[in-house]
Amino acid sequence: MKKYLSFFRLRFVMGLQYRTAAWAGVATQFVWGGMEIAVFRAFYEAEPERFPMTFQATVNYIWLQQAFLALFAAWLLENEIFESIRDGNIAYEMCRPLRIYPMLFVRGGAVRTSKAVLRCLPILVFASAAPDPYRLSPPAHGGTMCFFVLTMILGTLVTVAFGTLIYVITFFTISAQGLRLLVTSVMDFFNGSIIPIPFFPPGMRIVMELLPFAAMQNVPLRIFSGELTGERAIGAFVLQVLWLVVLVILGDRLMKRAEKKLSVQGG
Amino acid sequence: MKESIRLYGRYVSIHVKTIMEYKVSFLLTAIAQFMVSFNVFLGVFFMFQRFSAVGGFTYSQVLLCYSIFLMEFSLAECVARGFDTFSSMVRKGEFDRIMVRPRGLVLQVLGSRFELTRFGRMLQALVMFVYGIRGSDVAWNVPKAITIVFMLAGGTALFFGIFLVGAALCFFTLEGLEVMNIFTDGAREYGKYPVGVYGKRLLQFCTFVVPYGLVQYYPLLYLLDKRTQAWYVSLPLLAFLFLIPCYGLWRVGVRKYQSAGS
Repeated sequence: MKKYLSFFRLRFVMGLQYRTAAWAGVATQFVWGGMEIAVFRAFYEAEPERFPMTFQATVNYIWLQQAFLALFAAWLLENEIFESIRDGNIAYEMCRPLRIYPMLFVRGGAVRTSKAVLRCLPILVFASAAPDPYRLSPPAHGGTMCFFVLTMILGTLVTVAFGTLIYVITFFTISAQGLRLLVTSVMDFFNGSIIPIPFFPPGMRIVMELLPFAAMQNVPLRIFSGELTGERAIGAFVLQVLWLVVLVILGDRLMKRAEKKLSVQGG
Repeated sequence: MKESIRLYGRYVSIHVKTIMEYKVSFLLTAIAQFMVSFNVFLGVFFMFQRFSAVGGFTYSQVLLCYSIFLMEFSLAECVARGFDTFSSMVRKGEFDRIMVRPRGLVLQVLGSRFELTRFGRMLQALVMFVYGIRGSDVAWNVPKAITIVFMLAGGTALFFGIFLVGAALCFFTLEGLEVMNIFTDGAREYGKYPVGVYGKRLLQFCTFVVPYGLVQYYPLLYLLDKRTQAWYVSLPLLAFLFLIPCYGLWRVGVRKYQSAGS
């Protein structure tokens, strides 16, 4: 366990080096958030009665989504890992006295958290100071806040577990190009990146909320907004745990099979 | 001029030949381009499952708007991709090589890249365009057809200018400025709705600073008979004026350029 923790720290500190890139990210995310809110506002002004959640909840959802983009973004998979699986350099990683699945998992987690740590604070501060309909306002209860943090950690773990599964599948397919393409667009659509899940038609929404993709950003962001409360929130939380377990077991099993019949490409 | 066009034609044909050597890779990238904007489309589609209009525009009117804007963007990106990847050219010192050749700088940078993969996006834009036109009952006449042609020309010029600014800034920073993405990818993403929807202040910005409105919002109003004054037809052409300051910045950058890399 200690080995993995120090590996996490190593990768985390490495991620913190890219500060200039982070500022560019903050500026972009801030504009994105503002534009997104402006769109929803235009829809809200025309037909407020058709809004599935309050406007403030939507604003909160959007700002948090932008602030923590790095934790949940579908495209945040490392080229370096895909490359090393393709060209055989992954063999060096496999020589280490570490198991490859947890190592990939830890690495994914470190990349996402280091990026998010650098970016989230400025966005949250600016968003809390934005003029009225655009302002981010935190939940009233401390309990909601705690539950938000808990589901946020779980959501990140599910996202990382899913990403790791993609790496593992690449051990079988070798070329990641097509797979990656498909996965990022499917994930973007189903995890509520394009539009929040409550905005989908009721029938679709029920199915979407059961999928692993809904166990990512969807749960914490809606809990923070105050849109997801009581039993439904608990249910969503249970689903998160369930999907995390399923994805990790699946990834680990597949990795073991891949390790057994792995042929290293290149020399 | 004639010779420049011929030379550019040669550049393009070489690029097309290269791309065709890697057909699978070409196809996958084209599909990826398609998927990105297809997801944007799905977002619009599902919003309109719930709502009936936004800022006075219906679903098919929004699609019409998005499709034309997407075509403008794709055309510009197809041609001006060399500017988009200009930072690596500066860093590797390849620009020095360009400067010693007896041909125009802009022409050579343009010729350095040609992105055929953008046709994936173009195809989607065309499908939406047909759908949008059929659904928004535009009463067609000659001025409206001309408006669309002007929109495509003006919009391509506008995005071309933005790519040019991004490249010119590389002279000062030596690395690509990610913030420029706001004006390219951001515009592509949020140009899905008519600019007027985003509120008055943003519309002012998009009229006088970076004139997206001239190639998207205002001519759209004319197409949909929300405005009937004839001069609306010519508004997209004003976007060509945007190229003047962009080119000015480029010239300043070239003059200041002190080479980099090896």
